[in-house]
Amino acid sequence: MNTKTDPDLDAMIHAFVDGELDAQSIDAVQAHLKSNPSAAQRAADYRHQRDALHDLYDDALNEPLTAEMRAALNAPTGYSAPTIWRAPIWRMAAAIVLFVAGGVGGWWGHDFTSPTTPDLVAQSSPYVNRAIGAHVVYAAEVRHPVEVAASEEQHLIKWLSTRLGRNVRAPKLGEAGFELVGGRLLPDDAKPAAQFMYENRSGQRVTLYVSLDAVPADTSFRIVERDGTSAIYWLEDGLGYALAGDLPRKDMLIIARLVYDALIA
Amino acid sequence: MDVRHIIARELPRLRRYARALMSGDPHGADDLVQQALERALERTHLFQPGTNMRAWLFTILHNINANNHRKLAARPREVWDEDVPEAAFAVAPDAQGKLELRDMARALDQLPLEQRETILLVSLEGLSYKEISEVLNVPIGTVMSRLARGRDRLRDLMQSNSVTPTLRRVK
Repeated sequence: MNTKTDPDLDAMIHAFVDGELDAQSIDAVQAHLKSNPSAAQRAADYRHQRDALHDLYDDALNEPLTAEMRAALNAPTGYSAPTIWRAPIWRMAAAIVLFVAGGVGGWWGHDFTSPTTPDLVAQSSPYVNRAIGAHVVYAAEVRHPVEVAASEEQHLIKWLSTRLGRNVRAPKLGEAGFELVGGRLLPDDAKPAAQFMYENRSGQRVTLYVSLDAVPADTSFRIVERDGTSAIYWLEDGLGYALAGDLPRKDMLIIARLVYDALIA
Repeated sequence: MDVRHIIARELPRLRRYARALMSGDPHGADDLVQQALERALERTHLFQPGTNMRAWLFTILHNINANNHRKLAARPREVWDEDVPEAAFAVAPDAQGKLELRDMARALDQLPLEQRETILLVSLEGLSYKEISEVLNVPIGTVMSRLARGRDRLRDLMQSNSVTPTLRRVK
């Protein structure tokens, strides 16, 4: 099974499987594999190992972040968890506190209302806080950023409209270079909310959150920012909208105006 | 984009890698990721924008793990030994795919840490040899030799398993 072969060729087979070779070397290795079944078998086995590893562990990509990870990400700067958190009982207590806080500040357990930074979001409408939380969590998602993909846009719109009891729309943002990725249904306190996700060519994402919780008093654009994520929010026809993203403010405003125009059209 | 968000975006990969590296101990794996996350956040000022965030984070995680390992080195290693009753290995005949994956996880666990992390960084995380040499702080030649030895050992372990399907033991 382990017949000794040329060590250089062996190394080439690994490099071939791992995509580390230039075109010329690829040809050479392929020729070698053709005439050497045991080498070809080895290459196949290495690939098989890779596939098995993905089968075994890719699920970890889709797990929600732990409360501790979210807390660390949302702490102002240089965060490090108090050592007391490491004790299981305190960890549990902390989880409960986060859960309870979630009822007020956001379902996510995001500490956006940290007392050490100006509390802009807390003063704004609660749904905006949740919109930012949902953006941070789902825009970072590698494999399942949305529940229903843009390829099923009609179904997505129908489903979300039914659940919210209002006609919702996913405006076209191609003019700003953003295409619809899809959307999902989210809890907004005790009500349903919709989130649409858009992505541009360089992989930047913005999300549009549609809430039944239409608290802002007027229809002007308001802007909040938290930890590099900003949200522009406004009220239109009894629905609260929040556009969340990490883009410069002027770009966010351009997109927000596009959304607004599309919605009133 | 804010450094914090770039880190958040890479977290799922760090978790997958840690999960595979510490197979069978998902909580330990998440603790490792948490340690790496906190250290990265403390040191964002050391990260140079435009450089490879993924490699930077894997480097931090590797260093913490290597350090943890040194601390634990004195402790006896848990192994799958011959005393496990046969019933523990009994599987339904149609679970062949699952069985093979479990063998794979167990075989991986038999490898020395250096080989395991190299294989995972290449095959699971898709890092280039050059990136891995930076993450592990070893020459590319060392990356390649660890990879070759580890993969062949995995093959041997998997093959010795499938020779006797009723007695799936890792020796």
